[in-house]
Amino acid sequence: MLRYLAGRVATMVLVLLAISLGLFALSHSAPGGPLASLIPIDQVGDSQALIEAKTKEFGLDKPLPVQYWLWLSHLLVGDLGTSFQYSRPVAHLIMERMVPTLELMGLGLLIGNLVAVALGLYQASKKGKPIDYALGAVSLVLLSTPAFFLGMLAIFLFSAVLGWLPSSQMTTAGDGSTLDLIRHLILPVGVLATVHSAGITRYVRAGLLEEVSRDYVRTAIAKGATMRQARWKAFRNALGPIVTVMMMGVPALLSGAVVLEAVFSWPGLGSLTLDAISFRDYPVILGFGMMVSVVVVLSNLVSDLLLTVLDPRVALR
Amino acid sequence: MTDILSASPTPDAVVADDQSAMTHSPTSLAMRRFWGNLGARFSVFLLAIVILVCLIGPFLLPYGPDEQNLLKSRAAPSAAHWFGTDLLGRDMFARLLAGGRVSLAVGFATAFSALVVGTAIGIAAGRLGGVVDTVLMRITDIFMAIPSILVVIVAGGILGPSIPLLVGLIASFSWPTSARIARSVVLSVRELDYVRAAEAAGTRPATIMLRHLLPSVIPQVTVACALLVASAILQEAALSYLGLGVVPPQASWGNLLQTAQSYTVISSMPWLWVTPGAAIVLTSLSVIFIGDGLRDALDPKATR
Repeated sequence: MLRYLAGRVATMVLVLLAISLGLFALSHSAPGGPLASLIPIDQVGDSQALIEAKTKEFGLDKPLPVQYWLWLSHLLVGDLGTSFQYSRPVAHLIMERMVPTLELMGLGLLIGNLVAVALGLYQASKKGKPIDYALGAVSLVLLSTPAFFLGMLAIFLFSAVLGWLPSSQMTTAGDGSTLDLIRHLILPVGVLATVHSAGITRYVRAGLLEEVSRDYVRTAIAKGATMRQARWKAFRNALGPIVTVMMMGVPALLSGAVVLEAVFSWPGLGSLTLDAISFRDYPVILGFGMMVSVVVVLSNLVSDLLLTVLDPRVALR
Repeated sequence: MTDILSASPTPDAVVADDQSAMTHSPTSLAMRRFWGNLGARFSVFLLAIVILVCLIGPFLLPYGPDEQNLLKSRAAPSAAHWFGTDLLGRDMFARLLAGGRVSLAVGFATAFSALVVGTAIGIAAGRLGGVVDTVLMRITDIFMAIPSILVVIVAGGILGPSIPLLVGLIASFSWPTSARIARSVVLSVRELDYVRAAEAAGTRPATIMLRHLLPSVIPQVTVACALLVASAILQEAALSYLGLGVVPPQASWGNLLQTAQSYTVISSMPWLWVTPGAAIVLTSLSVIFIGDGLRDALDPKATR
């Protein structure tokens, strides 16, 4: 187990290094070089002195490998640079804006997975019946609907037509109550959970049906187990791959959350990054890239570990 | 498969199957199964109509997609403008069709390039085996885990959005599915007699991959391609919506939805955002159905 873990962590570090190299290359291929966005638009003509000073300050006159090393050593101690736009450390900004995004993602993941398991189990028990086809069709339609379009439809229905729920932001100005926050959470979390569960439900259904067709389930039924008991045994064994799919869905969930933040003006990591893009605030964009890579790589590792815990038959390589 | 006992076909069905197997090639059988699938057949028609309308429609419309008429800003749908007009008075139907060309082109170009790269890598990994296989599959796993939307947000945010960047980046993070499929097909096919005979006869590895392995990989990978087209169209839409994909004035289904970032537009001018959204849903849904139909037709034994 330890050896396996060490191997996996080593690959993880390698992948993150490769990604950091990519991000570093990206920051140097920005139009006009990494300093272009520092120059105020009205001083483009006589900015030579400023550029030289800043080049020295940021060490941009050093050879590229040295620059990369400097950048990386800062990165390792959590120094992601300073935002041009806010003149604040990028790490602080990201930590601050990460919280609303995590709320969105955590709730979306939790509710989405619960709904997916419930619907998948229900569909599997009604295999071939009209309700099975109907739910399957609904999940296909949802799979072909962009999350942000679903968000717009939800705003149109629940905010504009019915007037039940707020359409944007996290709180109403001047109202800091928990109830208000919950009201603001319902639409974005609902859309995110719906999209996530549409993808997972099919796997739950297919996984359970495959497991139910195995010999040990037939044996159990032959020995007098009820259908419910047999299905429970099968579910326990089908859980491994299902959890893997759920964890593999986390990066997709993150990108869904980023897009939905734009729809619902949710003040999270996505909004921060999109603002940064329009201001050409490169350090923030790069910090977002690094943050996202860590989330992706970690969720991958967790899904592998969970699989071995849930299914002892999976040998650790 | 809850009812295992009733799963075996009746004797009549077996006889019918045998007869048709004698008179038809596997391909024509698969085509017949595909055509027998109502959802898939309907989807083929739907997708064909969408593509034809997007290709031919702009020549028949009285308005160009960039023709402005500021006197008719944000007009509701009418006989003159079927889907209304946008802020600059441009005809939404004309823009929808122009946008459809771009979105479909991006979708198909992305899927096709991802398919070619993935198939090549998958066949190489499966045929060469050993260390090459391990390394290639590790790389595949890593690329599979990274969502291309996030990559395009970071890269497009820094380099500036453009269509080649969009297609290139989505494709370079979508090839893993086809690589995995290609590899698994090759792993089973490479042990078959005709491939071993070719190897024993001293055929060069490149010829074996192209002449003997590729033909069995193509049908399986085509199924994956359908899903790739759908996901590429959806990703183009999301990224253009965020302003990181296709940039206006060039229309695309995604950036037509950009105007709907304001609450007033969502609540009171649905014609500005419902039609492009519906076009995206219909197109990707029909592509997914076609993919499902192809899969069932190619692998009739698989249960769903």
